Amino acid sequence: MMTNPSETLAARIEARFGDKVDRVASSCGELTYEVDKDEFTKIATALRNEADFGFEMLIDVCGVDYLNYGSDEWITNSATETGFSRGVERQPVILDEADEFDERRFAVVYHLLSIQNNVRLRLRVFTGTSNPPIVRSVVDIWNSANWFEREAFDLYGILFDGHPDLRRILTDYGFIGHPFRKDFPIMGNVEVSYDSDEGRVVYKPVTIEPRTLVPRVIREDNRYSADLKDTRKDG
Amino acid sequence: MAEIQSYTMNFGPQHPAAHGVLRLVLEIEGETIQKADPHVGLLHRGTEKLAETKPFNQSIGYMDRLDYVSMMCNEHGYVLAIEKLLGVEVPARAQYIRVMFDEMTRILNHLMWLGAHGLDIGAMTMFLYCFREREDLMDCYEAVSGTRMHATYYRPGGVYRDLPESMPKYAESRYRSKKELDRMNSVREGSMLDFIEDFTKRFPSCIDDYETLLTDNRIWKQRTVNIAVVSPERAMQLGFTGPMLRGSGVEWDLRKKQPYAAYDQMDFDIPVGINGDCYDRYLVRVEEMRQSNRIIRQCVDWLRENPGPVIAEDHKIVPPSRVEMKDDMESLIHHFKLFTEGYCVPEGEAYAAIEHPKGEFGVYLISDGANKPYRVKIRAPGFAHLSAMSEMVEGHMLADVVAVIGTQDIVFGEIDR
Repeated sequence: MMTNPSETLAARIEARFGDKVDRVASSCGELTYEVDKDEFTKIATALRNEADFGFEMLIDVCGVDYLNYGSDEWITNSATETGFSRGVERQPVILDEADEFDERRFAVVYHLLSIQNNVRLRLRVFTGTSNPPIVRSVVDIWNSANWFEREAFDLYGILFDGHPDLRRILTDYGFIGHPFRKDFPIMGNVEVSYDSDEGRVVYKPVTIEPRTLVPRVIREDNRYSADLKDTRKDG
Repeated sequence: MAEIQSYTMNFGPQHPAAHGVLRLVLEIEGETIQKADPHVGLLHRGTEKLAETKPFNQSIGYMDRLDYVSMMCNEHGYVLAIEKLLGVEVPARAQYIRVMFDEMTRILNHLMWLGAHGLDIGAMTMFLYCFREREDLMDCYEAVSGTRMHATYYRPGGVYRDLPESMPKYAESRYRSKKELDRMNSVREGSMLDFIEDFTKRFPSCIDDYETLLTDNRIWKQRTVNIAVVSPERAMQLGFTGPMLRGSGVEWDLRKKQPYAAYDQMDFDIPVGINGDCYDRYLVRVEEMRQSNRIIRQCVDWLRENPGPVIAEDHKIVPPSRVEMKDDMESLIHHFKLFTEGYCVPEGEAYAAIEHPKGEFGVYLISDGANKPYRVKIRAPGFAHLSAMSEMVEGHMLADVVAVIGTQDIVFGEIDR
């Protein structure tokens, strides 16, 4: 099917970069490649400069934390005699002080757009085992990456080597931690209030308890499995 | 002659021209800007993280609160991403309703922008004129969803309900005469589509009014022509989208180039600028309002002719009607499951982009097969635009900073998320 522009692009990318890029299967026709972090700068430069690709725009950069990917909070594949409790047991907190992270824990995802060829491309770069996670910045390739990388640094603690001004952007001045990591609690670690005795705003540890209104569940759903898709379509 | 030293000035976050909570740290020499450092995040609510803790449908309401002057467009981006992952078909009538409301939202947004931009650089009357027309569109929001702003009207699979048969009317009050009341209610006698059709007939002359006040106005041109010129190459390099990109002369509109919903059925034009300055971006947005008006008119005509379902029939995703639920066990189970647990979305990732009034609004969704998204990333157009603030104001006067904030059409709900 060479008429599809993204398939044409996929063929070009695989011819140009060979095994340096790794295609990720997609159910909705989007083109995604996993790229090795050492090769990334070279590939990104080629994607922008070479006429075959022409990705003159970097639409988005975002961090992803794959810590609990695919885990649920509630057993759904067996029955009990007593019924399930709606209560959710908290998972233990994994501290960021670990020397090394799992190799596939943090990723940076880049969304590229080519206006001349009217195609989109997604690249994913895993940051490897280092703590703090680090990848090469693309600000000098696409200037729009500047704030997006600052955001990924702020929210995930991913460092971007070569970024001209890597400061926090969305969180408060003096904020501690990286709030979008999966081991950062949803209600945060500190709460602020005005202390009338001291005459200023003070920070204290949070007093509210976490609770889950709807547990996270993953259900086997045959409607989406590829071999059953056409035989059973009643929904 | 006294020596002029450069100094640092703080602009905002409590400043009427800061469009919310923008804090700008400006380095100034005399009255010329050398560098601008925007500090954002004062409205950061962690929408993306909150969405990770909720079933998919419960986050639709958060989307309204991102860019709070173009509510339904944000919802559209989000439900489109879910629909992509689920592979659900949206009925044609829902597609047309979405297009119609997207375009009404575009007018709402551009009116807010025009009013605020005008007010910022000295055209007080614009604000009053623009809000007059916004009121009518907000009434449409209210008629269809019950709220004037945060509609939560779109759903994965379609829209929540069909268009109403009547428009709400103004009530009697001792502050208005009977005659005045009848005049105000005269366009609200018919269905909602009648009201919208009447609006599309009046609106072009309203745009003419705005243009008489601004387009050839000497003061307006002095404040906008040749201010913050962005070349097409720089605009692409800086990640500009929407009117900011088109103002620099790049003909790029997702509604035409990567059509979604029913935009491939619509007849409209893409306005582009030539010089890439504030004045061209003004002209582009004004012309976009005229084009939106055309699209709304086409949708009204189509929707009159084609009744039908407005949401998919798949009860694993869309709740059954309450009538069905009362006498059908299976519907009751579906209803219960959907409202306690939600639906599981197959594992995968999707990026859905729409042509938001401000630019490309994208939602990147990663699902690991659960009933909650694993990661939601909202790509807000204003975020990329604001990051170019320093480059755009460099070398301009202090008063031009306000013109640039206006031309970027900044809303903090989407930038801070």
